[in-house]
Parts: sequence; structure tokens; C-alpha cells
Amino acid sequence: MTAARHGQEREKIMIQIDNVGKEFVLHNQGGAVIPVMAGAHLTVAPGECVALVGASGAGKSTLMRMIYGNYLCDTGAIRVGGVDVAQASPREIIALRRAVLGYVSQFLRVVPRVPTVDVVAEPLLALGVAADTARARACALLARLNVPERLWSLSPTTFSGGEQQRVNIARGFVHPYPALLLDEPTASLDAANREVVLGLIEEAKARGAAIVGIFHDEGARTRVADREVDVRAFTPARAA
Amino acid sequence: MIAGPLFRVEGLTKRYGARIGCADVSFDLWPGEVMGIVGESGSGKTTLLNCMAGQLAPDAGRVLFDMRDRGMVDTVTMSEPDRRRLARTDWAFVHQHACDGLRMGVSAGGNVGERLMAVGARHYGDIRAAAIDWLDRVEIAADRVDDRPRAFSGGMQQRLQIARNLVTGPRLVFMDEPTGGLDVSVQARLLDLLRGLVREMGLSAIVVTHDLAVVRLLADRLMVMKDGRVVETGLTDQVLDDPQHGYTQLLVSSVLQV
Repeated sequence: MTAARHGQEREKIMIQIDNVGKEFVLHNQGGAVIPVMAGAHLTVAPGECVALVGASGAGKSTLMRMIYGNYLCDTGAIRVGGVDVAQASPREIIALRRAVLGYVSQFLRVVPRVPTVDVVAEPLLALGVAADTARARACALLARLNVPERLWSLSPTTFSGGEQQRVNIARGFVHPYPALLLDEPTASLDAANREVVLGLIEEAKARGAAIVGIFHDEGARTRVADREVDVRAFTPARAA
Repeated sequence: MIAGPLFRVEGLTKRYGARIGCADVSFDLWPGEVMGIVGESGSGKTTLLNCMAGQLAPDAGRVLFDMRDRGMVDTVTMSEPDRRRLARTDWAFVHQHACDGLRMGVSAGGNVGERLMAVGARHYGDIRAAAIDWLDRVEIAADRVDDRPRAFSGGMQQRLQIARNLVTGPRLVFMDEPTGGLDVSVQARLLDLLRGLVREMGLSAIVVTHDLAVVRLLADRLMVMKDGRVVETGLTDQVLDDPQHGYTQLLVSSVLQV
């Protein structure tokens, strides 16, 4: 590949994973070493959605956490919009997460007693968006996700699983992140809300977001994912 | 606009006789960052905090602070009056026990107002208005302005201490177990308040605590201490979810789940 062509290719890539490997070392359990990933490769272009597939325990969530900088890499590089997450300082990863890289996890982790509307508006406030604008955008998204208005002023810690999931999704979509990680975004949602979330994902793709997702919901995967990547190809050979 | 770190610690060491308080601690803190320091009792985190905040003289090392026009200045070798001025202007210290950080015999309004007077405010009406505004920001009703802190609950005292410390618009806040000894419901409210203030004022903060749930919600970065030394540093959620050092793994796995 010529240098010029290589440059063009790189421009079209938002998330690039090269030869990533990881093992857990359990120091308090006899120093047991558990290899969880080896030789992982993945690229995602703007506007593209790549679905990670593979059985439970194959490493889908692990890979996603590594892209987010939540798990460290032992080898390889993970470039998200020009930042190598595998090498970046905490400060660079914080800045990346604030402006570029959104993440909808399966669990909602928030300060208890903070109203839902503020939980959703927080990513915008962190970016310096004015409080009333941020709240207005949060409310619009909560309404679209059918979270009843009487709940907006309450903390989401006491909400049902499906309601918490939608609050989490609202947080992940309130800012137009150029890169998005979605861990089971349609799990525990009814048909109507599943449809809203799939619509949000399609809109994010249309505005050019690069998305990596885990979808056990096969219909959702078929609809929004452009490609599937089987992470079993990255699972290290297990010692018998 | 942001040129460099706000605060830099280099090789900070404090011994108590032959015993190590903290040894060879170095890090940079940037504007707007919150760093948590965790470790069990006796790990040296409070010694380190006191050395950084100028409340304890270190045996070795430098503690540099960005003094705007004068650039990075070593606060360890700074004159005592200069350091005292720093401690009541650009720095603030929130103690674990509010009674260590408040004047218990002075009214709530006075506790906040005297900080303004210390930096030159003289107009009584302005000072009182600023004090009431700050009491409101920490959710203390205006009609309590003339009450003494002794008449306040533990959570209110802690919020008053925060108002007293932040009224002068510091750039760096040291906090020693700010939510320690409070009911969990009061802790949550205080955490939310601190997060909002950090964001709105662009504050940097260094928070010492043994409570991993507190640092997860409050700190961007984490430093784990054991026997006076830093054994692990990193992004808060990374250190808690993928701890590398055996001691951090033990700390994280020892937390009781509710």
C-alpha cells in the first residue's frame, strides 16, 4: 500500500484496533494468569456500526471496555479519533470521553439523589453547554424515550430496569459523540422503546458516528449493524 | 489558555523517625482535575495531604503551584506569610471534622464572611449578601445565617465548611475524608454538591478517602497508597475495574456490596 493511499484509508477510520492483547493477573489468588484477548484487530469508519458477536465470555464486553480505556491493554494500539487509548494519559482519556467517545453500558452508575434530568444533562454540562440548553435537550430525549415526565425530577436509582436503561441511553445520545460504544442498548426494552433506540442509532450513523455495539437482539443487530466481528477469533487458546 | 499543570509534586517524602510517613510521591494535577488518594488507615495518605497543603513540613521533595504571573513556585521553600496568603486565597482545605475547619463560636454567616474580609472585603452589606448566597449554594436556609455551627447537624456543618472554603474562589481544594462520618444519604447530597462546584468553578481538587464509592463518583484520577508509597495510579474507573497491583486488587475486592 502506498503512503498516500494509506493516509486516505486512515482518514476514513474513526476507531482502529491493532493487535490488542490482554490478560488478567490475580495477585491474591496465587498469581493466576488469565489470558482474555490476543491479536484483536478491528476498524470502524464514521457512519458505520460494527456488531461484536460471540458466546458469553468470549470477550465482547472486555474489548469494549478496552476501547473505552476502562481496561488496560497489555499489547497493541487502540486509536479513537487520533488518540491511542492504550498509551494515553488519564487526562487525554478524560478529554476523549467528554467530547468524542460515548458509552452506553448495561449499568447506570450515578450519584444517588440526583434528579434524572440532571443525570442526562451532565455530559453536556461537562462540555460547557449552558444549563438551560442542556436541561432542555435532556428533557426532549427523555420524552422521546417515553420516560414519564413525573420521573424526571426523581433520582433514577429507584427506577425499573427498563427505565434505568433508557436513562443510560439518553446520557449516551444527549451529546452527538463521533464514536459510540453500545453494550446491549435494546436489552430490557419493550417494542416501542426498542424502536426509539434503533431510530437513535440510525440517526447517529447518519450524522457520521462510528459505532461498536453488542446486540443479543438479533433483529436489532441485523437492522443497524453493517458488519459483524466474531470476537472468538481474538480469544487466546486456553491451556487445558 | 491552559498552559500547564496547576500543581506539581516531586519526590515528596516525610519520615517520622525511622518510620515512613510518605515516600517519593510525584504527580501533576491539571486545572479542573479531581484526584483521589485511597489506601487503608496508616497508608500515609493524610500525611501526604498535609505535606502538600503546607500543614506539615516534608523532609524532601517539592510542591509546586502555578502562581499565575510568577509561574510554578515551590510552596515548601516559600516564606511563611506567602504560604499563609496562598492558603486563604488560591488554596482551600476541607477537614474531615467540620469543627477543625470552622470557628464554632462564630455564626454561620460570620464563618463565611470572615474569609472574604481576610482577602480585603470591607463592605458589610456585600459580605453578608455573599455569605447568604453561599449558604444557599450549599443548601443552608438564609434564616440560619446568624446561628452558630454548633446548632447544625453534621451534614450541615460539613456544607458550611465547604462554603467557608470556596467563597474566596480558590483554584485548588484539599479534602480529607470530606464525607467521612456522615449518613449515606447526606454523603450523596454532599457528593452531588461537590461535583457541581468543581464543574462550575473549574476547581482542581485532591481528595483523600478510604471510601472507594466516593472516589468513583468524585475523582477523575486515582492514586493508591500502601505503606507510604504510591503503588498504582490511573483513571479512576480503570484502577477500580482493572486494578494491576495486588494491594489494589485486595482493596477493590474487599468492598462490601449492598
